[in-house]
Amino acid sequence: MPRLAYSFPEEVLEHVFSFIECDKDRGSISLVCKSWYEIEAWCRRRVFVGNCYAVSPATVVKRFPKVRSVAIKGKPHFADFNLVPEGWGAYVFPWIKAMAAAYPWLQEIRLKRMVITDECLELIAKSFKNFSVLVLTSCEGFTTDGLAAITANCRNLRELELRESEVEDICGHWLSHFPDSYTSLVSLNISCLGNEVNLSALERLVSRCTNLQTLRLNRAVPLEKLANLLRGAPQLVELGTGTYSTEMRPEVFANLAEAFSGCKQLKSLSGFWDVLPSYLPALYPVCSSLTSLNLSYATIQSSDLIKLVSQCESLQRLWVLDYIEDAGLEVIAASCKDLRELRVFPSDPFGLEPNVALTEQGLVSVSEGCTKLQSVLYFCRQMSNAALDTIARNRPNMTRFRLCIIEPRAPDYLTREPLDAGFGAIVEHCKDLRRLSLSGLLSDRVFEYIGTYGKKLEMLSVAFAGDTDLGLHHVLSGCDNLRKLEIRDCPFGDKALLANAAKLETMRSLWMSSCLVSYGACKLLGLKLPRLNVEVIDERGPPDSRPDSSPVEKLYIYRTVSGPRLDMPGYVWRMEDDSALRVS
Amino acid sequence: MSTLSKDDNLVLSSEDSSCPEESELELGLGLSLSGSSKSHHHVHAPPPPLPPLSYARIYTARDFPSSASSPSSSSSSSPNFTAGTKRAADSLAANNRPSQVVGWPPLRTYRVNSCNYNSHTKSPEVFDSVAEKSKNNTTAVRKSADNGNDNNINAKEKRHLRSSLFVKVNMDGIPIGRKVDLSAHSSYETLAQTLEDMFNESTTVITCKGSNGEDHGIIIGGERHSKLLDGSSKFVLTYEDKEGDWMLVGDVPWGMFISSVRRLRIMRTSEANGLGPRLEENIRQKSKPI
Repeated sequence: MPRLAYSFPEEVLEHVFSFIECDKDRGSISLVCKSWYEIEAWCRRRVFVGNCYAVSPATVVKRFPKVRSVAIKGKPHFADFNLVPEGWGAYVFPWIKAMAAAYPWLQEIRLKRMVITDECLELIAKSFKNFSVLVLTSCEGFTTDGLAAITANCRNLRELELRESEVEDICGHWLSHFPDSYTSLVSLNISCLGNEVNLSALERLVSRCTNLQTLRLNRAVPLEKLANLLRGAPQLVELGTGTYSTEMRPEVFANLAEAFSGCKQLKSLSGFWDVLPSYLPALYPVCSSLTSLNLSYATIQSSDLIKLVSQCESLQRLWVLDYIEDAGLEVIAASCKDLRELRVFPSDPFGLEPNVALTEQGLVSVSEGCTKLQSVLYFCRQMSNAALDTIARNRPNMTRFRLCIIEPRAPDYLTREPLDAGFGAIVEHCKDLRRLSLSGLLSDRVFEYIGTYGKKLEMLSVAFAGDTDLGLHHVLSGCDNLRKLEIRDCPFGDKALLANAAKLETMRSLWMSSCLVSYGACKLLGLKLPRLNVEVIDERGPPDSRPDSSPVEKLYIYRTVSGPRLDMPGYVWRMEDDSALRVS
Repeated sequence: MSTLSKDDNLVLSSEDSSCPEESELELGLGLSLSGSSKSHHHVHAPPPPLPPLSYARIYTARDFPSSASSPSSSSSSSPNFTAGTKRAADSLAANNRPSQVVGWPPLRTYRVNSCNYNSHTKSPEVFDSVAEKSKNNTTAVRKSADNGNDNNINAKEKRHLRSSLFVKVNMDGIPIGRKVDLSAHSSYETLAQTLEDMFNESTTVITCKGSNGEDHGIIIGGERHSKLLDGSSKFVLTYEDKEGDWMLVGDVPWGMFISSVRRLRIMRTSEANGLGPRLEENIRQKSKPI
């Protein structure tokens, strides 16, 4: 009896599969039968590795021989907040080395929270003739010398983006290594570089690359130079300014305003370090077509912010400092009806008293006026259950909700109660919520709500919350789609973890720091779950030197198909598994 | 299909990857979780109690040693919780020492460095560009409002969230540097101890001066080999101050040190010559028998 799978020639199947881009679907295809597994593997062009230690480079290149585009993530998210000590790992070199041998036609590398050295950059420049996209987000370990290797050798480079990476800035001339004949740049993001780049080389580069769509400058580019750059690239879609301040001179202003008027395609603005408000009107010509505006480094007053933002009627994404205040957010609620994403950052996060009139009310206003609002990151100093309930009922379409009340364990400021009910309302009403970050005074009850209602929740961040292991148990047992859980300073110990150990294999990773998980429990987890790496991070010294009941400083558990990693620093201990139990 | 490729698919998927069929692996470790004494006004029944496990128990504050002078630079809040009991709303103030909370509020280092958060300005004027033209553009040094003498801080200030003050530390002979959060320390002793842990040289002792001027070597109990200094350590702890000068750590009060330090270097004593007459004199002083 002919089997259906063989009734199509391979080429046809391959062609059909080429329309399937989603990784999950690709995975499903590969499980149908051996033949489909092979064909799918042969024609997969993009690979995403969510945790660089979950699979080895050798495994990936062996299974997928024809990859053109790779995205890899390294350190845990809490590394962004200095909770992961230096030298933890996430070295990309083994990946580059394996891919240099296996993928001569590799075009794209996108990394997040990884360590990439100049040696890696040189290897990339040397190994991939068609290399075109390098995006490094929150990476570190390299210098401008490494960048020079890329610019000098990658003739087909289209995108070079250094997003919030730590680059040792030795010399600004790396940019000049682009040959004069090179014109294919589409996207350049140097916003995180500390030192000046060679400005005339930049101007020449920008004007000869007629396909340039994204240009994010660094703070060192003075405002006087911006107009010229814009004139060289009137087709720009995304611009990050440098310093947006200089002595007020009418001719500089006029020049700048005219240059901005010439940029008819401009949709996204960022940068704005050191803003002199009187230069803001130069932006007015482009405001109405802006969809994305990042003013989160601009220390300007509410009135100036309002004048600017009220003109941005097409705005979909707004990042701003809390200088916007409740009044400014009310204006946004009235003017920016297309707003999808709002991030409000604190201007004085370490101060004792509020310095601006920004409260929960601002967020409530936006939740009322902006019906498409689905992604929120909000830092504030007070919150109430009532406000959260209102927000939840207003915006059941919310998908990402991250609230940071600056004072840990701050209660509902009106009732002094925990904020359990408020966050409970969020998870109950926002049925598509995928990401949630909690703050304020929270008991086990909030976790019960999350476990009951947070069925689509994929990522949960918890700090200074909960009373007992029951809290953690609710989350681990209730959140069916949980992939990433990160917890700090919560009284969660062994019980919930051990009772829900199997859950850990269904998640990408679990981070727990300053909690109450004992060394003994970690050992047990490691022993019983060979498909996890249970890594104890403890800078006090070997956990063996303390009793088994002693809590570990930090714990990072992640599933993996490649066993223990070989690059752990001295303060990381992997809990051994019992090899006899390992599935062969 | 083999479970191996299924697992591969899970780690290579950027989307939801929960796999209900796989949860057949149960540990068989039941734990009693019915210890909660809260009453809940909700319609859902509490989870059914699980069979007790002899292994686990509820931890109380007694189980955890006081970590008042924890040398760890990255975990500075002691787990002062009592599991299973009601928690006071302001338990943070119940700590005896001021809360030095690393990584809170959760702001990326990049953002904290860019915004120069120590300025505490009430009016958002255009602030001085702090674009550091040096190599260390990512290690902006910020002042902490209150550091040093913690004794007289009132309850409100105890809740002051300290900004992190990460500075680079390099040790002669070791190519890879470290970073240490100075705001997690309130004295030279704990700083030196942390550095000793970090650079984990089993036979090397770092020397610096305590706030009283006496020399402090670092004793690490038990497994380490370090010994109390008698003035013949191979290394000195130095720092680069705001003016770019290299100074010996320990001369000035802690608060003054914090406000002027840019980065640290654990320097070979032999190379410390030429750091300045004061420094050389200090080193000579240390060579004298105590």
